[in-house]
Amino acid sequence: MKFTATVGVAGYGAYVPAFRIKGEEISRVWGDAAPVREKSVPGPDEDSLTMAYEAAREALEMAGVRPEEVGAVLVGSESPPYAVKPSATVVAEALGVTPRVVAADLEFACRAGTTAMILVAGLVASGAIRHGLAIGADNAQARPGDELDYTAGAGAAAFLLSGDRSRLLAVLEHAYSFVTDTPDFWRREGESFPRHAHRFTGEPAYFRHVVSAARGLMEEAGLKPSDFDYVVFHQPNVRFPLRAAQLLGFREEQVKLGLLAGEIGNTYAAASLIGLARVLDHAKPGQRILVVSFGSGAGSDAISLVTTEVVGSRKSSLERLLARRAYVDYALYAKQKALLRVA
Amino acid sequence: MVWVESAPRAWREGTRRYRLIGGKCPSCGGLVYPHRQVCPYCGREGLEAVALPRRGRVVTYAVVRNPPRGFEGREPYVIAVVELEGGARVLAQLTDVRPEDVRVGMEVEAVFRRYREQSPSGVIEYGVKFRPAI
Ligand SMILES: [Zn+2]
Repeated sequence: MKFTATVGVAGYGAYVPAFRIKGEEISRVWGDAAPVREKSVPGPDEDSLTMAYEAAREALEMAGVRPEEVGAVLVGSESPPYAVKPSATVVAEALGVTPRVVAADLEFACRAGTTAMILVAGLVASGAIRHGLAIGADNAQARPGDELDYTAGAGAAAFLLSGDRSRLLAVLEHAYSFVTDTPDFWRREGESFPRHAHRFTGEPAYFRHVVSAARGLMEEAGLKPSDFDYVVFHQPNVRFPLRAAQLLGFREEQVKLGLLAGEIGNTYAAASLIGLARVLDHAKPGQRILVVSFGSGAGSDAISLVTTEVVGSRKSSLERLLARRAYVDYALYAKQKALLRVA
Repeated sequence: MVWVESAPRAWREGTRRYRLIGGKCPSCGGLVYPHRQVCPYCGREGLEAVALPRRGRVVTYAVVRNPPRGFEGREPYVIAVVELEGGARVLAQLTDVRPEDVRVGMEVEAVFRRYREQSPSGVIEYGVKFRPAI
């Protein structure tokens, strides 16, 4: 897909909670080696909705757009606080953009945030709305002791997309989605934790979709890996995105800036978008960025952006959020993550 | 007073708790929270609804060790009077901070958090709290 009308990022925000648990602490309890150094843990009063709001408020403030000018709020998450009742309405109400707004939740495992971005970009590029918010937010759930318990993190990122050329920090060029029916990860109604098909989550799931979406975009757009200054992949751990980069012909220097899984774990729908926020915080004018998400079930979105002359004039709070780290042990982690039910 | 679950009450209080909307006095410029009709400083009526600054300082605080219903399991937590930039005072919970680390005068900023769950199957109430400024 090529965006023919101008649409881009006028503001963005990222959110990572204050708490961390070290990989070695999880290993102490469950025995296996941890694939990340540490991961983010939500506070006891946080969930995907509150994190979505924090990122969205920052995006709105950075864009300098008034709440009533926002025409869409799409929240992508696989950990909404309610099974039935949208998060988007609460986020929209708290931001002050209700009631004249297209607001809804999207669910597609870790991919929903980038899909929200493509949909909002479509609304903006068509002229249906002037500005819209796309949010990816998750408080990732994992069965205690499961492979995923070592990496399941928490965080959010939000992008205020706009058609006002003068406001844009980065312009969206192309998007390419690659989707198949692949049962690599799922959770049935009423179950507390997801299940996954272990090794199956690698080659036929993550790598096939990420590589196909990235290649698809580059072929369609006539671009090659060396045309990009930065590439951000979905990051369930540190190893997968580095391997995807290698398979596609990207150098490690192009991946490193947007790769945060070793510090905050896998933030699911927020993962590739927090990486993009990190890159935008440091990018220089005229740089090209490729973002490739992955969501189980399965699908990937590849999106390419080019920064404008005003990128860097406004930055997110991400570095400050990453610097604030309160370590919890596994017992407190279990309490804050509501793995323990008291009542 | 017996506290009962009520989705309508959560709805009525929601917007007021979600956003820091205060009142600004057209004659003395005083800022109050929440928004009300009469200025507590000069008695003038017709305060204008305004979005208040999100930053402020802790004026005083108390540590809650015996929480009311719906807040169990969160104790000990801190309730503080926060004076926002411009002077409006807000009574709210502090978050992301241990009670022993709270100081009078510490700089805080507004965040959006869970207040309480009315019950495990009931409505979740959200609203503004304050964290140490970052
Ligand atoms: Zn007055």
